Amino acid sequence: MDLAPFLAGSGPFLADLEATSGGVRKLNTPTIILLSVVLGSLAIAFAVGHILRRQPDSSVNPAVLASFHRRVRAWWLMSATLLAAFIIPGKWATTTLFGLLGFWALREFITLTPTRLGDHRALFWVFFLITPLQFVLVGLGSQFYFFYSIMIPVFALPFIPARIALAGDHKRFLERTAKIQAAVLVCVYSLSFVPALLYLDDWIDWKGSTAGLLFYFVVIAQLSEVFQMVWDHLIGQRVAAEDISASKTWEGLGGNLACSAIAGAALFWVTPFDFWQSALMAVVIALMGFGGSLTMSAIKRDRGVTDYGTLVEGHPGVLDRMDTICFAAPVFYQLTRILFTEI
Amino acid sequence: MDIPLRLPQAEERPRPRFNLLAPGLATLARILSGASAKWIDCQPDTCQRVYFANHTSHVDALVIWALLPREVRLITRAVAAKDYWTKGPLRRAVARSFNTLLIDRTKIKVHRSPVDQMIREIGQTYSLIVFPEGTRNSSGEIQPFKSGLYYLAKKRPDLELIPVYMENFNRVLPRGEFLPVPFLSCAKFGPPLWFERKERKEDFSRRAREALIKLKGM
Repeated sequence: MDLAPFLAGSGPFLADLEATSGGVRKLNTPTIILLSVVLGSLAIAFAVGHILRRQPDSSVNPAVLASFHRRVRAWWLMSATLLAAFIIPGKWATTTLFGLLGFWALREFITLTPTRLGDHRALFWVFFLITPLQFVLVGLGSQFYFFYSIMIPVFALPFIPARIALAGDHKRFLERTAKIQAAVLVCVYSLSFVPALLYLDDWIDWKGSTAGLLFYFVVIAQLSEVFQMVWDHLIGQRVAAEDISASKTWEGLGGNLACSAIAGAALFWVTPFDFWQSALMAVVIALMGFGGSLTMSAIKRDRGVTDYGTLVEGHPGVLDRMDTICFAAPVFYQLTRILFTEI
Repeated sequence: MDIPLRLPQAEERPRPRFNLLAPGLATLARILSGASAKWIDCQPDTCQRVYFANHTSHVDALVIWALLPREVRLITRAVAAKDYWTKGPLRRAVARSFNTLLIDRTKIKVHRSPVDQMIREIGQTYSLIVFPEGTRNSSGEIQPFKSGLYYLAKKRPDLELIPVYMENFNRVLPRGEFLPVPFLSCAKFGPPLWFERKERKEDFSRRAREALIKLKGM
């Protein structure tokens, strides 16, 4: 990829990419380097996986290889879509992308939980009013931070049980209400803080691109999933929650946190953090991601489902990929905002 | 997958030439209901079939039709009630664009029964989508089948009977609601059944119903 036009200075094309805050280009040099490195590595990993799958007598376990290849393909799709969203001028493309992802994740979550007829109207408002409204508010920028951070907890969450109560069905009332509220919190509220990262401004001392910060967050979250899997496999002894997930172990978590810290430190240059601050942020992301992954596994176990992808044939299972991101996003956003911007 | 294309002769095909309404409505229904098709021990084919499904919502026939591959869609006709679908120009246009087979529910004549009409209209090419429960069912139970499927299969024992289980569609647009909630729903197409010689109506209906119930768990 020829970086010369990007490094030389803004031409008429790049002028469109100027972020509204502080005139920083959305695709500045560190961001482009990170994107190219990640996309390049994924392309290599995809090619390697593809070639290995063609070899019938290789020494690699075919089930592991198939799962690895699937994961690499999902990541490739994620990174390519994010890159496409970044290239489109303005930030609304990324926000819309996450809005659609949130809608789909909500769909999977709600399909999984049993609902009664009394929930129907409340669900309609959740899908077609609350979800788009949240992402529209995020898209309006950092002046609307107050609105999009309280809209769901203060207005939507009480509205849902009230509307269900109005429908008149009291059977398992609290259970049904709680399920829908949990769905909105995980799939809409938490996820909306990922595109909200794009709009952070008033930095104490940083001139970088928030698109790079967003991509950093996604990369660390996905890497922490892989580290957890690998370390569980290598040194896992004591299982964290036997009933829920037979593979997640405390030793695996330790390895995960250590490796995530290293990965965070290695990528500090695309963020407003120092390298040790970045390491700590990565540890926080990995920890929240672990919690998120365990929570979604618990929900799946409760409903007797192995993967959200198998819920309905042919659908990709968005929630399976997004569980770490959804849980880690609000904490990451708030820490970054409180510690690194002037609020 | 190579599905042989078996188009009916021009005189058997009364549908308007440029048909945007049917594919457009079908796509909308598919998107709104997040519907997907699951073929279990069965492949899509253009041979003459009768798809029988549980009736759970307004959009059932529409979605089954939309989920079929293009070659199969061209020769598949849903069976619908004439008195409902001829009221008003919009309904007539929709029924015409989907090439539905309209059955007169109000005037049943013995020598010109609905089953005979169906057999005459499908000829040697078309397939049908029928709902043997007879009415929309908002509870989870599949109600006992009416006799139309039995007589259809008895008069044409060569027809493949494909059970189609509609899952979650009743949650998208339940009875009495007009606002949709976009659940992910699934239509499960199961292995074909055939009419067995000298089979009684009760045994046949029970066998067909059990095939449908079995799909629910897969």
